[in-house]
Amino acid sequence: MTKSELIEALSLKQTHLMQKDVELAVKLVLDQISNALARQQRVEIRGFGSFALHHRPSRVGRNPKTGEPVHIPAKHVPHFKPGKEMRERVNEMGQAAQS
Amino acid sequence: MTLTKAELADALFEELGLNKREAKEFVDLFFEEMRTRLEAGEEVKLSGFGNFELRTKNQRPGRNPKTGQEIPISARRVVTFRPGQKLRLRVSIDESEG
Repeated sequence: MTKSELIEALSLKQTHLMQKDVELAVKLVLDQISNALARQQRVEIRGFGSFALHHRPSRVGRNPKTGEPVHIPAKHVPHFKPGKEMRERVNEMGQAAQS
Repeated sequence: MTLTKAELADALFEELGLNKREAKEFVDLFFEEMRTRLEAGEEVKLSGFGNFELRTKNQRPGRNPKTGQEIPISARRVVTFRPGQKLRLRVSIDESEG
């Protein structure tokens, strides 16, 4: 499912918002999550999961073409940890699909 | 400060003018739709944000960390998130130590 398919699905499942407003709402929710992470805040959605930043220390990498050492600065990377309900539902349906 | 569904609903109320009940319903529906798709084995790709993908893991040996007893970890399906380029760039702030 892509973002536009998500917008379409949400538009069908609720009646009070026009598709245009659903589109703005989807964008706003994703922006809010991105902004929180950019401010180094955690995001916790009960039953879905949490987003947090993981720290990557600086290291010396190599230019794969020349073999020359390159300094790679420390950085943060976004990390998602699925919540309990998400883990259980995704796993149960996965097991059912296999048998 | 942690961002939760309550703050997301507030933002929809303040910035888009949804009423409080609509805002709360929308936030619930948003996450429920993604969960339903993932549960059905479908990946969710949100451009500019990231992709939620599914991986199946084989059974592997594990251990009860308290007792040291060996217990197999059963085969399972899990959700992973691959942040998109745009999100990675936004959070990766240079920490000016090098």
